[in-house]
Amino acid sequence: MMDFGFSISPSSTMNLDKVDLTLYDRLCSIEPDARKCMACGSCSATCTAGPWTGMSVRKVLLDIQRGKDKEAAAMLKGCMLCGKCTMVCPRGINTRHLILSLCRIYGEDAK
Amino acid sequence: MIYQGKQKIWSDYQKEIPDNHWFYVRSCIRQSFFPASERYFLNICRDLLGKDIYETEHHTTCGGIAYHSDTIPQETAMTIVARQFALMKEAGYKNLVTSCITSFGNYTEILETWREFPELEARIRENLWKACRREFDKPEYLAHASDLVYKFRHEIASKAKYNLVDHMTGEPLRVVEHIGCHYSKMFPHKGVGGAEYPCVLSGMVDSWGGQVIDYPERRHCCGFGFRQYLVKANRGYSIANTHKKFESMEPYHPDMIITNCPGCPYFLDRWQYVISEMEGKTYGRNGYGIPVFTYEEVAGLVLGFDPWDLGLQMHQVAVEPLLEKMGVPYNPKTKYLGLNGKEIMKPGLPTVLKCC
Repeated sequence: MMDFGFSISPSSTMNLDKVDLTLYDRLCSIEPDARKCMACGSCSATCTAGPWTGMSVRKVLLDIQRGKDKEAAAMLKGCMLCGKCTMVCPRGINTRHLILSLCRIYGEDAK
Repeated sequence: MIYQGKQKIWSDYQKEIPDNHWFYVRSCIRQSFFPASERYFLNICRDLLGKDIYETEHHTTCGGIAYHSDTIPQETAMTIVARQFALMKEAGYKNLVTSCITSFGNYTEILETWREFPELEARIRENLWKACRREFDKPEYLAHASDLVYKFRHEIASKAKYNLVDHMTGEPLRVVEHIGCHYSKMFPHKGVGGAEYPCVLSGMVDSWGGQVIDYPERRHCCGFGFRQYLVKANRGYSIANTHKKFESMEPYHPDMIITNCPGCPYFLDRWQYVISEMEGKTYGRNGYGIPVFTYEEVAGLVLGFDPWDLGLQMHQVAVEPLLEKMGVPYNPKTKYLGLNGKEIMKPGLPTVLKCC
């Protein structure tokens, strides 16, 4: 095959009807407030670790809702559990507790 | 919903297109890609239909290609466009028709911007006066050339020598219509059918006997996208767009594609070759590609002009299988002969995509 110096970029399309939401459902059963998130990004904007580690609670929740569990687990490692995101959440979600619950779920899965 | 109600809603999607007296501005790139299209637009409208369409050699690019490539600011593009308006005023015309979809989008965007920000229009008037001592009037009507062909589609059909029909079986040809993004996606009310039901091309296809096919990615971009193509590092996204469209339309077995934008026929045509060389895949029948046409070329074919005079030998994908299906006669020996029988050279053959 001929080399043109570029190739067809892979599609980033995802079929939301076929996404595995097991983890998100488990999270919602432990932390029902996860459903209250409106993805405003206040948590990400205030995150101390965000600029250096890429940590973003908003993205973690979006990733889990899209079945991208590995990406979410990798991002959670950047969290310092400082709790600033909890203080600014306009929906009053205890994001710090939510992150701990997620870590627990991932920890159980890893065993 | 009752019929009258539907008609009323549909009338909101229509566009007023004056019948005659147009100032025509060409595209800066179409003559390189599909060299006969603009000439045949003028031939059809002026000579065949007897319309008054004026063009001047003094007009330039509209600046849209540079604007959308982020190389000039909008004020510069506005001053270029203001100069075209000044030329139109000097020639005594009030209706402007553009050959290019991006020009159409650019003119529309500028007129809408001036409507919202009159102080900007005043500044551009000043810029134009300082630059070349010209003054302009805004056009009363702005149309794309495909709007005019859409308006005259029934007149063209009445003079047709061939239809978009398989001449052996009498079945209508299966046609994919692809409308340029800058036609009505930016300002829906400026296009026939709006952004939801643009029917500028499907109307032509219906009038000329073809059958428009619907497919999931029908309104997806062709892949040009300016910076997606112009920057080599982004070219993978450009071809991925085209690939997505072809994968989506393939199950519907289209006979041809009709477009109304300079970039769309170019990319839908040339990328078929690149995809065939990259993946070994072709989308037409028997190893051929799906031929891609401009609306002027299709109108020219329907009216019985010689395919090589229409510039169809400049296409990457071979058009001969479609010409045979339509029953349009052609001479393979004169395919690569230019004016006065001069050889214009034969292109090399691709390794995968079948060409005649």
